Amino acid sequence: MTKVSLTIDNRKVETDKESTILQAARLIGVNIPTLCYMKLDDLNFENKPGGCRICVVEVEGAKNLMPACKTECRDGMVVHTHSVRVVNARRTVLELILSDHPAECLICARSGDCDLQSLAQQLGIREIHYQGEQSHYKSDQSPAIIREMDKCIMCRRCETICNDVQTVGTLSAINRGFRAVVATPFETDLDHSSCTYCGQCVAVCPTGALTEKDYTRKVIEAIVDPSKTVVVQTAPAVRAALGESFGMSPGTLVTGKMVAALKKLGFDYVFDTDFAADLTIMEEGAEILDRLTRYFDGDSNVKLPILTSCCPGWVNFLEYHFPEMKDIPSTAKSPQQMFGAIAKSYLAQKIGVAREDLFVVSVMPCLAKKYECTREEFFINGDPDVDVSISTRELAHLIRNANLHFEGLTDEEFDHPMGESTGASVIFGTTGGVIEAAVRSAYELFTKKELKKVDFEELRGMEGIRKAEVDFDGVLLKVGIAHGLGNARKLLEEIKSGESDFHAIEIMACPGGCIGGGGQPYHHGNVEILKKRQKAIYKEDKGKAIRKSHENPYIQQLYREFLGEPLSHKAHKLLHTCYFDRKKKIEF
Amino acid sequence: MAKIRIPQNKVEELRQICKSFNYDKNELINVLHSAQKLFGYLPAEVQELVAQELNVPLAKVYGVVSFYSFFDMVPKGKYPVSICLGTACYVRGAEKVLAEFKKHIGINVGETSADGKFSISCLRCVGACGLAPVVTIGERVYGRVAPDDVQKILKDYY
Repeated sequence: MTKVSLTIDNRKVETDKESTILQAARLIGVNIPTLCYMKLDDLNFENKPGGCRICVVEVEGAKNLMPACKTECRDGMVVHTHSVRVVNARRTVLELILSDHPAECLICARSGDCDLQSLAQQLGIREIHYQGEQSHYKSDQSPAIIREMDKCIMCRRCETICNDVQTVGTLSAINRGFRAVVATPFETDLDHSSCTYCGQCVAVCPTGALTEKDYTRKVIEAIVDPSKTVVVQTAPAVRAALGESFGMSPGTLVTGKMVAALKKLGFDYVFDTDFAADLTIMEEGAEILDRLTRYFDGDSNVKLPILTSCCPGWVNFLEYHFPEMKDIPSTAKSPQQMFGAIAKSYLAQKIGVAREDLFVVSVMPCLAKKYECTREEFFINGDPDVDVSISTRELAHLIRNANLHFEGLTDEEFDHPMGESTGASVIFGTTGGVIEAAVRSAYELFTKKELKKVDFEELRGMEGIRKAEVDFDGVLLKVGIAHGLGNARKLLEEIKSGESDFHAIEIMACPGGCIGGGGQPYHHGNVEILKKRQKAIYKEDKGKAIRKSHENPYIQQLYREFLGEPLSHKAHKLLHTCYFDRKKKIEF
Repeated sequence: MAKIRIPQNKVEELRQICKSFNYDKNELINVLHSAQKLFGYLPAEVQELVAQELNVPLAKVYGVVSFYSFFDMVPKGKYPVSICLGTACYVRGAEKVLAEFKKHIGINVGETSADGKFSISCLRCVGACGLAPVVTIGERVYGRVAPDDVQKILKDYY
């Protein structure tokens, strides 16, 4: 690659010709402020419309100020990133943006964690010199995501991630000039669009325009209601990220503190979604084995590859975009819903509480889970298996609200019986984890031999699509992994065209899997945070005494006392589901 | 948006249009131009079909349609009235002319009268600035239009 040498703020820097002024400046520790720009390395996401003009710099010899995020370096370039002209322009641009932004910071969901607010602080804006018309849009309230487009600054990050990374195609900029805004086709609300609720638009939104629907009030009301027994479950990826909300460094595992906090919040039972993840492996693993055994026996009616079904964002994507393939995924419910179904049957019986008096809360890294628990098929007589799903961020709010000093809490243990889990279930939180967990159990059940080495390095990593072959004692199991819905689409197209020869595929809607979920603490464009969370997940797995789902003693007890065996009639009724065709039909 | 039934033969024609552009995503604007010529406007169903045929997200199609003022999502009137609001026409009082049209027809910009006869839109420059302010009705161009002329002009179309 050709190297060029340029001067930025009187300092020499050498860089590749293709790199931008913004990138070159970062090499020498000059952080030019940005707003619309966002790049997620390794995840195929780069938003640089060059539209906000916050990153403008002065290039000697050029008439106009140049956007640093889009201007490529040239040899001998002399750049000033904080000359008076630049600083004045930057302030003007920001004041103009703020002049059409509601001054609601005190009560905004993003307050204290907002890119626009931080920038106003950084530039020391104390007055807005421009007064003009303000945009007003109807607020869009879906069960998972809230859109307050008055707060949109048209950075278009959501549009880029929705179209380029997720290929869902729900959001696009519409209209022009002052009326320009990001919207769904024909400006319907999200509930009537093809939105999968993956929440990645929320994860990259710089302001409070896109946020999760907050259910913390409902949780508090249930806890203080003496007639309710309130049970909480926490997803694997939550413990690897929650600490960030309290200033702890990314990748800090806070399992014990999280449990302690939940107990102090007043939940009657603090359980683990990981328990249900082990259960998922029992059912999904049995299904994989059943299909594989029949396939190897020559049954040509078997649907292969089998696709994992833990991720509700992915399930929505399948139902909207590939409904013709809806009989391919495993019928196993997601761990969240398995937990709910077992809590409101087995556990309710065990602790002697009526189903309707049991209130199940889930803490998820995910926004699609909020929608998932409202799906009709997960209700019995009007009573949902999971009453409320809150995000990692909402749990952090609850903890702060209860005046707890999170960092100082002493570690506590999950309750029994639904708090015991294995290493296999923990790794559900990262891309590649579900299939690795399934392989650990399927191997032993298929070969009837003990699996000596439980770490499958070939299934791990951050690459968007990964392919691997796992040796099942002479039989090669071909495994595919995709994270991010755009990557999922590629694998699905392969299956559709008949090119695919996979036996099993894991799909996660969010880049990185659940660690990068739409409900996690904001990463503000720093992919290293996701990688550290991933490391933490594998660390938790390594530290577990039991690392294969089928060896979880409480899972064994559950089958013994209640379910019988995997895929039994009772298991089918409680733990399996079906998928629907939700594709928008064109009517003529 | 109310569902509109599109005649089957026109659906086929639209498919042919997409085919004639080799289903090329980059031809989206040209496809939409042809589609608007075929239907007179671009109802939701037409946009959905174009999105499907070209394999472009519907959101993108709607984004393009809503961006360009040339594209319409409501059927135009039999006599589409366009008032130029370009700089030359504007400084010579086009806004007052527009107000007269709105008053006499009884609709706003972007709307079509209940009898389907008139619709009003605004445009930026027809290249006849010497005749400012300029109004076009269908293919016919009116120059140096004064607010008082509006009633007389409309009379020809009743």
